[in-house]
Amino acid sequence: MKRLLLLTSGMALAAGSMALANDGLVAEMGDPSQWAIQTGDYKNQRFSQLDQINADNVGDLQVAWTFSTGVLRGHEGSPLVVDDVMYVHTPFPNIVYALDLANDGKILWKYEPKQDPDVIPVMCCDTVNRGVAYAEGKIFLHQADTKIVALDAKTGEIAWEAVNGDPSIGETNTATVLPVKDKIIVGISGGEFGVQGHVTAYDMNTGEQVWRGYSVGPDDQLIFDENTTALGKPVGPDSSLNSWEGEQWKIGGGTTWGWYAADLDENLMYYGTGNPSTWNPAQRPGDNKWSMTIFARDIDTGLTKWVYQMTPHDEWDYDGVNEMILTEQEVDGVERKLLTHFDRNGLAYTMDRVSGELLVAEKYDPVVNWTTGVDMDPESENYGRPAVVAQYSTEQNGEDVNSTGICPAALGTKDQQPAAYSPETELFYVPTNHVCMDYEPFRVSYTAGQPYVGATLSMYPAPDSHGGMGNFIAWDNVNGEIKWSIPEQFSVWSGALATSGDVVFYGTLEGYLKAVHAETGEELYKFKTPSGIIGNVMTYESGGKQYVGILSGIGGWAGIGLAAGLTNPNDGLGAVGGYAALSDYTALGGQLTVFALPD
Amino acid sequence: MKLTGRILALCLATGFPIGISAEEKIDPANLEAAYSEDGRYYTADDVPTYNIAEDGTVDWLTYSGFRRYHSECHVCHGPEGEGSTYAPAIKSAAALMDYYDFLEVVTNGRKVVKAGGQDSVMPAFGENPNVMCYLDDIYVYLKARGADVVERGRPAKKEAKSDVIREDENACLG
Repeated sequence: MKRLLLLTSGMALAAGSMALANDGLVAEMGDPSQWAIQTGDYKNQRFSQLDQINADNVGDLQVAWTFSTGVLRGHEGSPLVVDDVMYVHTPFPNIVYALDLANDGKILWKYEPKQDPDVIPVMCCDTVNRGVAYAEGKIFLHQADTKIVALDAKTGEIAWEAVNGDPSIGETNTATVLPVKDKIIVGISGGEFGVQGHVTAYDMNTGEQVWRGYSVGPDDQLIFDENTTALGKPVGPDSSLNSWEGEQWKIGGGTTWGWYAADLDENLMYYGTGNPSTWNPAQRPGDNKWSMTIFARDIDTGLTKWVYQMTPHDEWDYDGVNEMILTEQEVDGVERKLLTHFDRNGLAYTMDRVSGELLVAEKYDPVVNWTTGVDMDPESENYGRPAVVAQYSTEQNGEDVNSTGICPAALGTKDQQPAAYSPETELFYVPTNHVCMDYEPFRVSYTAGQPYVGATLSMYPAPDSHGGMGNFIAWDNVNGEIKWSIPEQFSVWSGALATSGDVVFYGTLEGYLKAVHAETGEELYKFKTPSGIIGNVMTYESGGKQYVGILSGIGGWAGIGLAAGLTNPNDGLGAVGGYAALSDYTALGGQLTVFALPD
Repeated sequence: MKLTGRILALCLATGFPIGISAEEKIDPANLEAAYSEDGRYYTADDVPTYNIAEDGTVDWLTYSGFRRYHSECHVCHGPEGEGSTYAPAIKSAAALMDYYDFLEVVTNGRKVVKAGGQDSVMPAFGENPNVMCYLDDIYVYLKARGADVVERGRPAKKEAKSDVIREDENACLG
């Protein structure tokens, strides 16, 4: 009885602070002078109301100040700015700096975790980290080794720590965390190590685990109930287990390393799950649910409201982790709450985020060839499924057969590099890859903590196109159309920023920060920073002046795949090595560059 | 020879990401096939090596090594052993390194701890059959790349897989 009383009063206390915490961060995100969350806001729009820098004057932009992070590896994510303090993170070893913007960027505190370097080689594709989060006077860091640390934003003192996974079986982290209501919601990496993917909510104030929802497995692990739907219909019991053979699901992947979104009115959080393990589809018959899936979960309980699997039985490593961008737009004369998602598989999906209804699924790069499109007929038994082209099916061609000319490549038409949305133009600004591949699956065996891949890939620029490996496009999500497209020599691996000044910013792998016109895509400004850019552009205001910040530091999957240049084995020997190598343009770095207009 | 290989390997760990030009140090005796046995080729010192016919046909191990390298190794070391922003180029290392040192590093891993988060950590693959059962394949492929006798990309023509190689593979994978 006593215990029950204690528990009740504890809950009442928590409920009291819950509302406050939520209001605090929501207010910070609503203030355009701050950059309070990696994604710009809970909707993942990456849009700023600031317009001091605009299409007319952005050509005059200058470097205002710079900061070296002291680490020379792939720098993803961006700094945060809250109350005139900037929080800058680094790749492994995941240092956090607090810089005093009112005092020329003086370092207020520095936090450097001690991590076992053995985590480095179990991180697929570089030791990137996509940044810290802020809420209720704390900075939240999710380290490479999956330790979550809450730091006092004023002092850098540790408030609490929690451990989310086990690197010795390949569980690592690269993502930021979602601070929402009284929770910190985090994901896991390790799809190439046979991890069973999940998202987990921790109490923001204590670090205690509140719920964990897996991507694959039995219903209680998934947190599914009889009301969980897919495209409007209940999924029924054992929806995941029925789509796997034997116990393969236990090493089935579905990792969760993307950017999360939240809709407080619906009390839902949105994210996508990654590839099923292994990359050899013959070793995992079935649809492999719920890998490659968009999830809508209740923020407080983790209960899954709806799911939509984009790529059943993946045959190409088209992870579904990319961000979900939430908007309110008119469709056929009706205002709807939408979710737009640019998938690795080359299709851009527009959905009703309340019901999970699929409204649009169209290619956002015309070279995408593995599918002829998604069945949009609700009466069809294949409703919502992509039609797979036999020639490009690594499953149908079989093990030990090299399927050639598949577009997009495994890195997808877009990877995690987040798009931006301007409610003023109602356009999405999307950094993309323009790369195709040959893919040969073969049998592999699973060893805990060891790579579990099972395919050989060759990647090359999309044939019969402009020869470059990327495009930066503007997308109309209601009509499913590209409005304009800027060809880029390399994949665009930087998160975009849209602003009320009719300017859209993005970075390039050569190291340029570029500004283009939001309506036309016309290039208005560019500046070459010290290293290639795989970070995300952010903006803030300090002392009445607007600034634009970007992390440089080449690396990540882009640095691994493109450093030495790509070759196209189908072009014959003459062309081998004929494509641009990133190493001819840039070298390792780790620097923040901040821009402003001249006084 | 052994010493040169070690020094070079350490230098490689700092490199971004390619452009190693120490080819003149490669010992031809460590490359040339002296004899073959059941579809595998060896140097006079009984070290596995590649065999490239005049028409470009590669031996089975070189071809198999191309496939296994791009499954297990390229996510760190980049395509075709060319290196990346994350891990050093290893095509030259294979040609320069002593075969038994190569086996030792892949089996047990290696750590180069440096300041500023630049630790270079090669994992131990000793318990990974996807690597260990194809160690000679990967070694031979990388050596052929380091000696610049195999182009980047998938080798177009290959020798057939011998029955002995197939039996050994099945026995190893279990």
